[in-house]
Amino acid sequence: MSPEATRDGFGKALLELVRENRQVVALDCDLGRSTRSFRVTEADPARFIEMGIAEQDMVSTAAGLAAVGKIPFCNSFAVFVTGRAFDQIRQQVSLPNANVKICGSSAGLTQGPDGATHQSVLDVALMRSLPNMTVLVPADSRQAGAATRAACAHRGPVYLRLSRHETGDFLPPDLGFELGRLQVLREGTGTLLIGCGPVMRNVLDAVRSLSERGLDPGVVNAHTLKPFDGTTFARLARRYRTVVTVEEHSVLGGLGTAAAEVLAELDGPSPRLVRLGVADTYGESATADELLAKHDLDAAAIAARVLAIEGKAKG
Amino acid sequence: MSRPERMTVREMQRIAWQIRLALVEMFGWGKAHHYGGSLSCTEIVTALYFHAMNYSAAQVDDPQRDRLIMSKGHSVPTQYAALALLGVLPENELATIKRLGSRLQGHPDPHRTPGIEAHTGSLGQGLSFANGVALGARLDGRRFNLYVVLGDGELQEGQVWEAAMTTAHYRLANVCAVVDRNRHQSQGEVDRLMAVEPLVGRFEAFGWRAKRVNGHDVAALCRALDALPEDPAKPLAIVADTVKGRGVGFLENSHVGHNSVLTAAQYHEAVAGIRNHLATLEDI
Repeated sequence: MSPEATRDGFGKALLELVRENRQVVALDCDLGRSTRSFRVTEADPARFIEMGIAEQDMVSTAAGLAAVGKIPFCNSFAVFVTGRAFDQIRQQVSLPNANVKICGSSAGLTQGPDGATHQSVLDVALMRSLPNMTVLVPADSRQAGAATRAACAHRGPVYLRLSRHETGDFLPPDLGFELGRLQVLREGTGTLLIGCGPVMRNVLDAVRSLSERGLDPGVVNAHTLKPFDGTTFARLARRYRTVVTVEEHSVLGGLGTAAAEVLAELDGPSPRLVRLGVADTYGESATADELLAKHDLDAAAIAARVLAIEGKAKG
Repeated sequence: MSRPERMTVREMQRIAWQIRLALVEMFGWGKAHHYGGSLSCTEIVTALYFHAMNYSAAQVDDPQRDRLIMSKGHSVPTQYAALALLGVLPENELATIKRLGSRLQGHPDPHRTPGIEAHTGSLGQGLSFANGVALGARLDGRRFNLYVVLGDGELQEGQVWEAAMTTAHYRLANVCAVVDRNRHQSQGEVDRLMAVEPLVGRFEAFGWRAKRVNGHDVAALCRALDALPEDPAKPLAIVADTVKGRGVGFLENSHVGHNSVLTAAQYHEAVAGIRNHLATLEDI
């Protein structure tokens, strides 16, 4: 069996939630087996609502379901559910503070071979801009399960960013999950790496090689990008010379921007900020690993950036 | 809760014109308001609230109430006026429409206004919302009717037809769409801007039953709405032919009154015209 992706942890948790809570329903736009929402049918076929290829209709329908007490999870690829249905999310989910969960699957560059049309690198920017919206970006399958449960327990709109990138579980198993709180994986000196989503695996691999070279970076996992835990972030950031954000998303509007917003308003000296991510451009067809390498998001590129920042030559 | 006593056609005709009067009075003069589409749907809204729907002031939060979703959200003033006549809103609140702090927003806001069911106004989204309510109620074994008032210009939004597919596919026969076919949209004549006919044929092709009625004939509207439970497998669309701006002569049959400002003289002329018509209804 191949290692799990965050969509797998999501699918398992959603199935459990449908078994536990009769209000939970899933909607999908002809991608249920890919998004894993189709697993709901193992418990109750009536609570899997196939909408056909119609993302706008799906989101507005979900708003109606929420109006009679249901907890609808809307599923499609991240690029479609956040882009194509943005107005429906704004008007009928965010504005009314409706209890609708928007699940964006196959997010980021690691969507891979389908290319730029299907790779969502702007979804977090869109969802972060919406009042009332909570934005969750789980890093591994286990964390995706916890994030799905937290999304269900939270009353109000949630955007859940999910991936097909098969990293396997790599975070410490006892890490826990508290919505809205940063997770400090390593305290250090010099450079603080803060990342989100499956690319955290590359961050952790980079930190291992940096440690072997005598560096001592700090590492933080940001599974909640909104509300962003600015208080904890500011407290941590002040202890470092440089903060490096790492995300599989445009550097405009995502984690890098959330960090910049906090640092720009710090009272007193602020660390330097370096944002790693997709540089205001689109992806292309390739394997997930090839694309991460091209956009300097593989472990080698992340480590090289930190070495350069710390004034040490590459290699 | 039992269905409130039904009204006579005569009483409903009067109510429709009382709503017209309330619209012009709440709008006043010197401020832009959506006259045309609000005035065209007054008989539709009257036939729904005062005949077809299981609805009264006591049922505003009753989970079993029928629901009116004003998908053409700019016509919500007609709903405000009807809700005032039903006793859901105080009549003296109507004049606060669109003022800072008012419960009566420019477009429907269920969080602020009792009796409003959905955030609509970004056109094309109301039918999808109604489908979701119907699907959710079905999962809970509950049943009530949902009436969605659509604009004819609104039918240019693709989402309406996505939703029409969903209503028919899931056999949501308790969902009824009423099209206010007033033939004019913001910038001109609907069929010159982007033709929408044949409407009965289009709804039928999407798996609906469809009827065409004179949208100012309350009796005809009531008869068409009474057909809702007839076919348990198919939703019902009513294409209601109406006159944009109905009741205010200088706004009728034109896009000019879609969102317009009256002068004080025009205001008084409009009020006098509607009062005259109401007097003829008294005399019958």
